Amino acid sequence: MNINIQHKPELVCPAGTPASLRTAVDSGADTVYCGFQNATNARNFPGLNFTTAELEESIAYAHDHKAHVLVALNTFPPAGQFPLWKDAVDLAYKLGANAIIVADMGVALYAKNKYPDLRLHLSVQAGAPSVEAIKFYCEEFDVKRVVLPRILTIAEIKSLKQEIPCEIECFIFGNHGLMAEGRCSLTNYATGLSTNMDGVCSPANFVSYQVDVNRNLNTELNRFTIDSFSCSQNPGYPTICKGRYTVAHRDDPYYAFEEPLSLNLADLLPELIAAGVNAFKIEGRQRSKAYIQNVVSSWRNAIDTVLEGGTVNMDHLLSLTEGHKQTLGAYETKRWK
Amino acid sequence: MDTIQGNLTLGPILFHWPAETKRDFYFKIADESPINTVYLGEVVCSKRSPFLMPYYAEITDRLARAGKKVVFSSLAEVMTQRERKITEELCHDEKYEVEANDTSAIYHLRKKPHRIGQYCNVYNEETLRYLALNGAYHVVLPAELPRNTISVMGETAKTLDVSLEVQVSGRVGLALSARCYHARSYGRVKDNCQYVCEHDPDGMPLKTLTDQRFLCINGIQTMSYGYLNLLPQIPELMEMGVTNFRISPHSLHTDTIIETAYSILQGSISGEQAASIVQSLLGDVPCFNGFYNHAAGYEWSNHDHSLSR
Amino acid sequence: MNMLSILAKRLRKNPACKEELLRLLARPIPLPLINYVLNRTIVKIIRNYPSLFNRLSGHHHKTFLIEITNLSFDLILRPDPASPHLNAIRKKAGFYADATISGSFLTLIGMIDGRFDGDALFFTRDLQISGDTEAIVCLRNALDDIDGSVASEAASYFGPIGVQFLTILRKVANEHQYST
Repeated sequence: MNINIQHKPELVCPAGTPASLRTAVDSGADTVYCGFQNATNARNFPGLNFTTAELEESIAYAHDHKAHVLVALNTFPPAGQFPLWKDAVDLAYKLGANAIIVADMGVALYAKNKYPDLRLHLSVQAGAPSVEAIKFYCEEFDVKRVVLPRILTIAEIKSLKQEIPCEIECFIFGNHGLMAEGRCSLTNYATGLSTNMDGVCSPANFVSYQVDVNRNLNTELNRFTIDSFSCSQNPGYPTICKGRYTVAHRDDPYYAFEEPLSLNLADLLPELIAAGVNAFKIEGRQRSKAYIQNVVSSWRNAIDTVLEGGTVNMDHLLSLTEGHKQTLGAYETKRWK
Repeated sequence: MDTIQGNLTLGPILFHWPAETKRDFYFKIADESPINTVYLGEVVCSKRSPFLMPYYAEITDRLARAGKKVVFSSLAEVMTQRERKITEELCHDEKYEVEANDTSAIYHLRKKPHRIGQYCNVYNEETLRYLALNGAYHVVLPAELPRNTISVMGETAKTLDVSLEVQVSGRVGLALSARCYHARSYGRVKDNCQYVCEHDPDGMPLKTLTDQRFLCINGIQTMSYGYLNLLPQIPELMEMGVTNFRISPHSLHTDTIIETAYSILQGSISGEQAASIVQSLLGDVPCFNGFYNHAAGYEWSNHDHSLSR
Repeated sequence: MNMLSILAKRLRKNPACKEELLRLLARPIPLPLINYVLNRTIVKIIRNYPSLFNRLSGHHHKTFLIEITNLSFDLILRPDPASPHLNAIRKKAGFYADATISGSFLTLIGMIDGRFDGDALFFTRDLQISGDTEAIVCLRNALDDIDGSVASEAASYFGPIGVQFLTILRKVANEHQYST
């Protein structure tokens, strides 16, 4: 299949530490996204992310290697704490980030007014899956690219692309959240820490793992049981939306939302490119350098191969996926819903 | 000093009840309740939208005659062509005020007077200020905001002449998805759901593997198992500048809860009394106020901060 | 040191002898010898990588028990810059730990060598964790931020012998990975 495109799609890769960022760049990332060590980004996990000095050095490294750096400022500042987000925007601009990824309207407006030459990307956390929602952010805040929620089919993405005035970035690999991004307070209900305001999802300090006498692995989030895995079952992250529950009308516990699994769109890559997707995003700022190296180099190769008309097999990435299962998610068919 | 009047509002019915049940429910609200504002319209699932259509004329008529303000709430998730069309038509309807529950509705309502619903992310004073300039004059705050955040929002709202609303009763929507979990529990998908959500007029409870009552499923929405109860905090919220208090409708006891909230507004019962009235109505379903107290949402604290000052 | 060089020599002669290596390590090794190597390693790593401290986000005073499921000893780690601690202890020594990480020798080596992803090992249950989950996540993130890998950094502290030893270990681990 020969694909006729105007621009080569960009490979956008995660980095949780400076070493991961260098690994991503060295492995073929066109662009790396990362965040500061505070609530201004949606992966505010312990021991992760960048100090000011680290980000400065990392941006220099990326730019030396012709790669771009995006800074995620994609949480929602609670009233009274807005200055932390302003400072983060100021800093990202000052350090030479190629764009910032925003979700909150207030943050977007601040950035647009203060730094008209700073490129804004709309985070998946803004939850904008429709033409009108995306146009709103483009027209009001001059957003240049939207990161689409993982709930659209390729046909829908293709038609969306014709109607919106900005670039499209799509997730192609990694954790597959089930809830509409930026609109989930399940973690806050269970733990008191908010995904939108604190940038956490199932925070580690509320997670506990227990292996019982039968070698079952039981996972809990602040005393709520999330799942129990027998020896032969592959566990996933202890997130509420990947938990197993019971309901009155079913005999056995079941995955009420989704099983532990990961997104892998390798099989759909040619169609996604043809649909006009401008950038492909890999999830996983919380993952190790080993993951970054393996996943980024595989996707670099895959994109280059597909553009040259070849076919790819990415089944080897299965060993890195949650629950060792992968899905095409909503992208292929509406049956997913 | 002026006494600021608190208003009781009735949020949209989030569950899939038979259309006649909804109609009769609203008739009763019109005839018997001290509610000031009633939000109508389907917020959760566009597939449910058509059912109440034939009844809206008589419902709005009855509510208007009883002196209630009627507002139409838009869908919380707008994705398909159909959902986009429903939203656009609603926003261009000049007859009723509209509450936007997603950004596509805000797109259609910009520069016109409108309300912002609790499914839009209005977390801070900057966003509030922007939305006010954009035409919003009434904003329902997200349910997960803690007291100190609400307080800052209250200060800002006063300077902008925006009225603030907070949900004070009922199960709280915690998440939305493109996937229908009600259908999934019956081995179906959204397109052939056969409206199985109709079985659960207050949501379908989910228990954990260790039998803890945790969440509730309502179609594409995931809700709290517990019922939010901020009736005791109404006076404190009013001091902060919140003027509207939302009761989210359930199949049982909604009338008594409205009466109880009204008594609080009138100052005729204490917060403690209100808390115990609501808890006794709900039986073994727990009340929660954790979000407000900056604790885990599901938690309940009896400590009345407004009395301790 | 002596022991390392003997081991390196034997394995160089027969690099495929994974079984022999594991058997050797599984034999009761004099703990003082191991502790000498470990102590030197942790002190240097902590000294060379001050950013570790930041990434530990206050968990530097925590005690980590590293259970090596197929060796005769476990490790105790306390990554406190003021008094770093990495010691081998006999199994079931009843040592208190805030957090426990357990896996096979090659799993753990592969992880600190930057070849295996910790989350992926967890998803297959090759790696098990219990206790203070946040402390473990911080430790993992801190160690992962070392350029190259902790393993090669540590190996370099012991000159050519250390580097050679790691090369052999990697070879064995590779064979192990493909044989399972």
